[in-house]
Amino acid sequence: MKNKKLQISISAGKIITFTLSQLILIILAIMSLFPFIWMLASSLKTNAEMFQFPPKIFPEIPQWSNYPKVFESVNFGQAFLNSVKLAVINTFGQVLTSAMAGYALGKLKFKGSNLLFSGFIGVMMVPYTVIVIPIFAMFSKMGLIDSHLGIILMTFAYMPMGVFLCRQFIMSLPNELFDAAIIDGASYLRIFFTVVIPLIKPAIASLAVFSFLWNWNSYFTPMIFLTSPDKFTVPLTLQMFKGKHSADWSLIMAASTISVLPVLIVYMFGQNYIVEGITITGMKS
Amino acid sequence: MKKKKSKLNRDRAIAGVFFSLPQAISLFFLGILPICTAFILSMFDWNGFRAPVFVGLDNFKYIFGHDDLGIAFKNTLYYTLIYVPLNIVLSLLLAILLNKAKGKLFYRAVFFLPQVVTSVAIAVIWCWIFQPQYGILNVICQFLGLETHEWLRDPSRVMPAIIAMSVWWGLGYNTVLFLASLQNVPKTYLEAAEIDGCNKWEQFLHITLPMISPTTLLVTITSLINSFQVFDQCYLLTNGGPAKRTYTMAIYIYDTAFKQFKLGRASAISLIMFVVIVIVSVIQFIISEKWVNYDA
Repeated sequence: MKNKKLQISISAGKIITFTLSQLILIILAIMSLFPFIWMLASSLKTNAEMFQFPPKIFPEIPQWSNYPKVFESVNFGQAFLNSVKLAVINTFGQVLTSAMAGYALGKLKFKGSNLLFSGFIGVMMVPYTVIVIPIFAMFSKMGLIDSHLGIILMTFAYMPMGVFLCRQFIMSLPNELFDAAIIDGASYLRIFFTVVIPLIKPAIASLAVFSFLWNWNSYFTPMIFLTSPDKFTVPLTLQMFKGKHSADWSLIMAASTISVLPVLIVYMFGQNYIVEGITITGMKS
Repeated sequence: MKKKKSKLNRDRAIAGVFFSLPQAISLFFLGILPICTAFILSMFDWNGFRAPVFVGLDNFKYIFGHDDLGIAFKNTLYYTLIYVPLNIVLSLLLAILLNKAKGKLFYRAVFFLPQVVTSVAIAVIWCWIFQPQYGILNVICQFLGLETHEWLRDPSRVMPAIIAMSVWWGLGYNTVLFLASLQNVPKTYLEAAEIDGCNKWEQFLHITLPMISPTTLLVTITSLINSFQVFDQCYLLTNGGPAKRTYTMAIYIYDTAFKQFKLGRASAISLIMFVVIVIVSVIQFIISEKWVNYDA
């Protein structure tokens, strides 16, 4: 009898904690999403509705014309082209060269390979501002300021975190696979493309999504290195738009929506890879 | 036979050098060389155009003789000391909640979402949330009968406001790491402890917490390094103001290098920041010997 009562009170307690935790999660999820919903809804308001008290979440009549107005004022189309170009080229380069270096450091021991690996780990600790000033000085001597080429040179083949991730992944692959391929007379280049790449697909996928988002969202580097508006990326263009229309908040919200939407779409499809990728890099160090 | 083996080794080494070459060259030109140059540059007066003038330690003397370093350091420390513990505690709590919850993957995706959005858009949205008359934060405050504030213009509220935004922005990242780590804690350990009469709190304190301690260390160190370099939030929302209350080290360096074009002095400041980061990280590693458990 007593036992049964205890059991009931335990399960009641369990139900309460379960409901409570679920409730907290729902509230936190709303808090996490609300600013974006607010942005979307505001992007369809008239400016008068933005300055209405008390504010309403949703507009009376959706002002779809806010969007064309944004495109008329600044060249978001060009900004998208610039961002896509930089993000695609840099993602491709970062993933390929990271996988290559990861293969070299994970399976192809050579003199100084350990030292090289420590170098990649070491630079991750150095503040970005330490290295960006000398790079800026070097690039201005070489005429690489205000050019996409400069940003590509800075990013294309440089990703210490990616090297680290690929090396950890490749190191955990069994040596026999590689030995067998060598005995069969396969070249290292061939092994890289037919053995390594297919086996580390999960790492490559995470790295690619991660690198794409990082390049797409990057603000500090393009802000320093790019000066002419026709070369601006999406974040820079949004910032410029905000400066130009500092009072038109509904238009600013429409511009923000335009800049954020592609990323949200990529995230919807790739979120699993991104989250797993972070887990791998985070866990293995 | 021996000859063949040495040829194999040599081929492998050549392949290794070949495959690591692109990243290694970049590491040299974009990592090692700039770091060395920064040390040299810190002893020169240079605006990037005229010929650099050697000034010895004058840059450091100038920096330590002016208030800006103290202000920037204090603000950065303020941000770090509140943001890092808050972020770690909240993300751990959130991960614990998520670990047992239904719809774990959905919530994980939702909480991580702000992390994938560019800082410029985040700043735009939050600028409006903090807006004094029509911003949602003050409307909620009013609704709850709390005092309203000019969050971004009030020198005593601006840093807490920016920290709140940063926590909202960055919470998902550490939550994901903690969640993965919690999922690796073997259930059998917890069950054994339960049979031995440990309650949930004791299980957490004596099993879960030690088991996830390597992740806690990783999260602490990366959060510390990142928050010492906080730039985007403070630059985009308030540009260091009001009354220099959000003037952080990174903004100080940016202003010196790219507004005043004192590249040598800016290098000197960033080296000072580098030294601080190294010291803090080393202390972290030393303390970690006491609380981080690598047996698992």
